[in-house]
Amino acid sequence: MSGNRVVGKPHRKVDATAKVTGRTLFAGDLSLPRMLHCKILRSHTAHGTIRSIDLTKALALPGVVAGLTGNDLPIPFGILPVSVDEHAVAIDKVRFTGDPVAAIAAETEEAALEAVRAIEVEIEPLAQIRSIEEGLAVEEPRIQDYGPRGNIHKLVNLEFGDVDEGFAEADLVREDIFFYGGNTHLAMEEHASVADWSPDGKLTLYSSTQTPHYVHRALSKVLEMPPARIRVIACPNGGGFGGKSDIFNHEIAVAYLARLTGRPVKIVLTREEVFYCHRGRHPVLMRVKTGVDRNGAIRAMAFDTLLDGGAYGSYGVASTFYTGALQTVTYDVKRYRFRGARLFTNKPPCGPKRGHGTPQPRFALEIQLDRIAEQLGLDPAEMRLNNLAPPNSVTANYLKIGTMGLGKCIEKVVEGSGWKEKFRMLPYGKGVGIACSSYLSGAGLPIYWNRMPHSGVSLKVDRGGGVAVFCGSTDIGQGSDSVLAYITAEVLGVDPMEIRVVTADTDLTPVDLGSYSSRVTLMTGNAALQAAEKAKDLLAKGAAKKLDVPAGELVFAAGRVFHAADPEKGISFAEAVGAAEALFGTIGTVGSYTPPATAGRFKGAGVGPSPAYSYSAAIAQVDVDMETGRVGVEKIWIGHDIGASINPTLVRGQVEGGVYMGLGEILMEDMAYREKRNVVHKTPGMLDYKSPTTLDMCDVETYLVEEPDPNGPFGAKEVGQGPLLPVPPAVANAVYDAVGVRIDEVPITPHKVMRALREKAATGEGRFGPKKFPSVDWGEPIAVAPPWEDGNGRPKEKKEDRG
Amino acid sequence: MLRLPDFQYHAPRTVEEAVALKVKHGANAAFVAGGTDLLPNMKRRIRKCGHLVDVSHIDELRSAGAFEGGLRLGAAVSLEEAASNEAVRTVCPAYAEAALLVATPTIRRMGTVGGNLCLDTRCLFYNQSYEWRKGIDFCMKADGTICRVAESSPKCIAVSSSDTAPVALAAGATIELCGPGGKRAVSADSFYLGDGIDYMAKKEDELLTALVIPDQTGAQSAYVKVRARGSIDFPVIGVAVWMRRRSSDAPVEDARVVLGAVFPDPREVPAAAEALIGRALDAESIRDAADAAFRAAKPVDNTDGALSWRKEMIRVSTKRALERLGSAR
Repeated sequence: MSGNRVVGKPHRKVDATAKVTGRTLFAGDLSLPRMLHCKILRSHTAHGTIRSIDLTKALALPGVVAGLTGNDLPIPFGILPVSVDEHAVAIDKVRFTGDPVAAIAAETEEAALEAVRAIEVEIEPLAQIRSIEEGLAVEEPRIQDYGPRGNIHKLVNLEFGDVDEGFAEADLVREDIFFYGGNTHLAMEEHASVADWSPDGKLTLYSSTQTPHYVHRALSKVLEMPPARIRVIACPNGGGFGGKSDIFNHEIAVAYLARLTGRPVKIVLTREEVFYCHRGRHPVLMRVKTGVDRNGAIRAMAFDTLLDGGAYGSYGVASTFYTGALQTVTYDVKRYRFRGARLFTNKPPCGPKRGHGTPQPRFALEIQLDRIAEQLGLDPAEMRLNNLAPPNSVTANYLKIGTMGLGKCIEKVVEGSGWKEKFRMLPYGKGVGIACSSYLSGAGLPIYWNRMPHSGVSLKVDRGGGVAVFCGSTDIGQGSDSVLAYITAEVLGVDPMEIRVVTADTDLTPVDLGSYSSRVTLMTGNAALQAAEKAKDLLAKGAAKKLDVPAGELVFAAGRVFHAADPEKGISFAEAVGAAEALFGTIGTVGSYTPPATAGRFKGAGVGPSPAYSYSAAIAQVDVDMETGRVGVEKIWIGHDIGASINPTLVRGQVEGGVYMGLGEILMEDMAYREKRNVVHKTPGMLDYKSPTTLDMCDVETYLVEEPDPNGPFGAKEVGQGPLLPVPPAVANAVYDAVGVRIDEVPITPHKVMRALREKAATGEGRFGPKKFPSVDWGEPIAVAPPWEDGNGRPKEKKEDRG
Repeated sequence: MLRLPDFQYHAPRTVEEAVALKVKHGANAAFVAGGTDLLPNMKRRIRKCGHLVDVSHIDELRSAGAFEGGLRLGAAVSLEEAASNEAVRTVCPAYAEAALLVATPTIRRMGTVGGNLCLDTRCLFYNQSYEWRKGIDFCMKADGTICRVAESSPKCIAVSSSDTAPVALAAGATIELCGPGGKRAVSADSFYLGDGIDYMAKKEDELLTALVIPDQTGAQSAYVKVRARGSIDFPVIGVAVWMRRRSSDAPVEDARVVLGAVFPDPREVPAAAEALIGRALDAESIRDAADAAFRAAKPVDNTDGALSWRKEMIRVSTKRALERLGSAR
């Protein structure tokens, strides 16, 4: 792709000037004439039955215009069709401290707040379910009235090949237990929404959402209005990270109140309320069993996960599958079993956070591999290189791998960090650790079943030379608007800064499913490429006629269309458009993208497939203070297989952002609750919920591995999520190299390190982490023969006794 | 978003005027300077004030410098100014260190010497929104009757989280107050009362006007702060140490060790000082002093950091603070 003029170059972001000059309008900045303000009353009880709600006193207060209680909106919603369990405000039950109970619209935010406090609610408390263990053990009361039994939301049991036979053949079998604590996205922008009801009976919702299309569908359903009368505009997000990917109570509430009052209604959540929206990292208890031969080659793996889901479904079913999906995409695992269960608990719902369901198993697996390498006397980097999943292959669980650059990522970080001179050789207190990962470049299947494109782009070019790109995608800071401009500019040979990008508006832009699953660059990029190529084709025909040269010999560059052999012979881009308009009429084209067919045909096969997988390898160097237990991360070397960079500067920014977020997870972030005090969130604020400051960030050396993937636009794969994944286990492995203790639990706080060091001083071995994995009735597995056992992706026929 | 309740703002130009305004509006008024402590508490409705008397425009509260061999720091001097003041850095470097470890650069530009000494005691059950506190049925410091950290505790055990107060005690400082009845001075030691609600001896209508640090000739002091992150956080543990000795080999003649962020007051540990006095500052005496500080402390679960770790950090921080004095000469 060396001939590219835009793609692969470090261009500015199209929205950079607006961002740095404070001109970007976030949802919280919007103000409309006659606008009302909304506040939500949230439950002070973690679990209970609502006996009564009385808004009389609240509605009588000055400035109060309208109220909402559960019975006003009885139709449920939910991001996944299998977990439609939410309402704008609770109808009969509250399920966690912070669960919405009622909403008020008033002339001012202060009046709404006073009114909310005047609402009288009677709640009869129910027993609280506060942990994974309680979720498994307590059958009644049920937090939700669906799921296989008790408080189990989802139960998965999949087997690909005979793992027991694999373990029997192995020279070494290890079983370890890990716990990955919960944490949240902590986007700088608190969620905000403004709903506007127009006199002709149409609704517009401006919102900080990553998924305007799904919000659009939910509004239509809950408000019982045709989609055509609803317009959802996703404002630029001040950070998303998965925390704005659900349909949120407040979005539905302001829409309802706007319709009820005929006036615009706005809500801006407090930081504390954002903690209650959550949808962040699931706490996961894991048991991992891996069998290897004496050279470290993996023979079989069995992965069990238990997820603390919180009180609602959210993306939880997908999260559960993701805790077991990608192990095989990273390493070659011929026999694989995955069992997982998500439990309902009386806490804010967990959901998708950067890496969705995969950082937890990654933490477990990468630490276990480190232990296996040590037991076998192998270099852990070498051992990983010998276990790579092969490119252009289908895994045991039927995921189709295309390009695979993990080997190069490992080689880069090993060389760059001086791994061979450091591993097990640094002075006591200092250490290095390595870990690897893979991630999807977009989910292969949509959230609701359909055969339509996942992303659409329409392109308008006009005789003035203007180019406008329309796409439903949402820029959450990652640069997706810029990617549309770069790709279009590359094809049409114009300056990307001259392109008008219109996105995330369900009235104006073709559907894009949203900014989740690292899908945007690959999917919208392909759609934009297709639309731009079609426009180029029309323009070339117009220009060819005017210049009297064959269309195939024309070059689009520098705002001109000219003959390849004689650059002087050409016309401006605007003239080319004019020539095409004269031939074909007004020029507009569309492009769309649908991912390739998936291979698995078993229940659960829909989670994990992707058009392309990215890969990352990281080495962390740490300095552990033996007196305080503090882990100082000095540097991270990280290699990322990006396929090809659309903009290397933005790619590096995403890599560094992923490292930063990963450091927060491994070192300090903790969604802790006071279990005996109504399961309140312990620290629902940015001061007390600890996330790294600038001073806590380490140096990062990034290596981009570029091996274009045929499924990506210009070969591009994802970078938004993958680079977070290897960071936590790399740090954990480095701590072991530094001081010889294993911390098998996230986050690695100084307290845990001290406890493990003390244990090591007393017994010779130090570990902090879970010791028990509860017994679970997993039920009968769905057995699927892997491809190399003549499997066809479908469950094996049950052997029935026909005697 | 979380909004400030309505209040009336006053900007007096003299101490007398400020005190008169406070007397006039009584308990419904509060003195404010930087507002970095008071305003967040007002947003959370744990402080209710209809009138704010801003003392940051009063000239006589804004000067800082050498004073009778020691220092006199006006209450409205910003923490940043105090930390970078040459006289402060020379006479009592531990105070400058402590001021520089408060919060963040922006907060230090707003926050003041007086404000940090008057810092409201903190507790994870108290520094929360009204809604959150309702979920735990409130606590005795705001809107409730029971201590939620230790339900049997007869008094509030919210924590003194000031970084500069332990240094003030260690250095033997005096705090100047001015009320409707005139001026008075109290020792820093007797200024803090050890009760999370009534945590300071300043009377309701009194304004803290200055911190006076006495002659520090021949004295050494240091402050060590443990916090979760490299910036912004309140101390998980703060230890101020102060001592006098004739030379680096000579025995310690006088010493004070003060713990911050453990009790409702900055707490002097006499046993730790006794472990040092009359002995050379060496590994052994440092260990004994650190052990004494460790034994004196009983942290409870109301700030960040695991309990046993916080207690252990008292030992480590006391040791590190004393080692710094040892290596300073």
